[in-house]
Amino acid sequence: MKLYQLASPATFYPLAGRLAPWFAWVAGIFAVAGLWIGFAIAPTDFQQGEAYRIIFIHVAAAWMSMFIYLVMAFWSVLALSFNTRLSAMMAQSLVPTGALMTFIALWTGALWGKPTWGTYWAWDARMTSELILLFLYFGVMALRNAIEDPRRADRACAVLSIVGAVNIPIIYFSVQWWNTLHQGASVSVTAAPKMASIMLTGMLVMALAAWFYAIAVALYRVRSIILERERGAAWVAALPETKAVKS
Amino acid sequence: MNEYLAMGGYGGYIWGAYLMSALVIAIEVLALRSRRRAALRMAAATPVDGGSR
Repeated sequence: MKLYQLASPATFYPLAGRLAPWFAWVAGIFAVAGLWIGFAIAPTDFQQGEAYRIIFIHVAAAWMSMFIYLVMAFWSVLALSFNTRLSAMMAQSLVPTGALMTFIALWTGALWGKPTWGTYWAWDARMTSELILLFLYFGVMALRNAIEDPRRADRACAVLSIVGAVNIPIIYFSVQWWNTLHQGASVSVTAAPKMASIMLTGMLVMALAAWFYAIAVALYRVRSIILERERGAAWVAALPETKAVKS
Repeated sequence: MNEYLAMGGYGGYIWGAYLMSALVIAIEVLALRSRRRAALRMAAATPVDGGSR
């Protein structure tokens, strides 16, 4: 099979169906392991007490919220440059999961902020730009729903996604560029982590769980998107699952 | 057990964070299932016309 053939929805649909359960299982295993480390093994933090246990899900979701956006923008660039429909479908498939991760990041951040900082919310640069990210995801979804013709919706959503990508470095570097209530990065590629290694391990395992979850969900959703948009194609009508519905 | 759930007084924040996360993830998974069912019904109801929307 040639690589370009993967860009065909007819080829990708069964492939996504074979891959998705594996990603889902791996996500589940990492989630159990990460929660086990986070709640059973990692000790109480000497400064924050138990409240810090929220960061295991908070950091994983916050990373994914930004990363999913970048992947969505990447597919959007491909969709616009090569007019490949599957790229647009992949971008479309990521939007709800990106919004979900952003919501979890904001919600868990608020519940961590209250006991730690004394407030659920502050209009500081990190939190405000993350909230804008949520609105960007909602905006892309609303734009798609507002445009009848799917191909035009693809292009409009791609442009919005790409323009909105400017928000990602703003979120990421906000803690350096502005004086924010939100603390700076605890983990970076260039410096030693500023946290105990068991806590770091728990966080990274949860981040892996979020990765695999997002991939699994995106693959499951893109299968539905392919069915919605390829309905009427002979290969869709010939699928056993389509025939099963008919009878 | 109760002492563990209390999380040194932070239980409400911690479980509030994790339960809400679990809830929205459950909603997403259920929404995916119903979307798949609806997509299959729609595909089955559409006459073969070449597809590609």
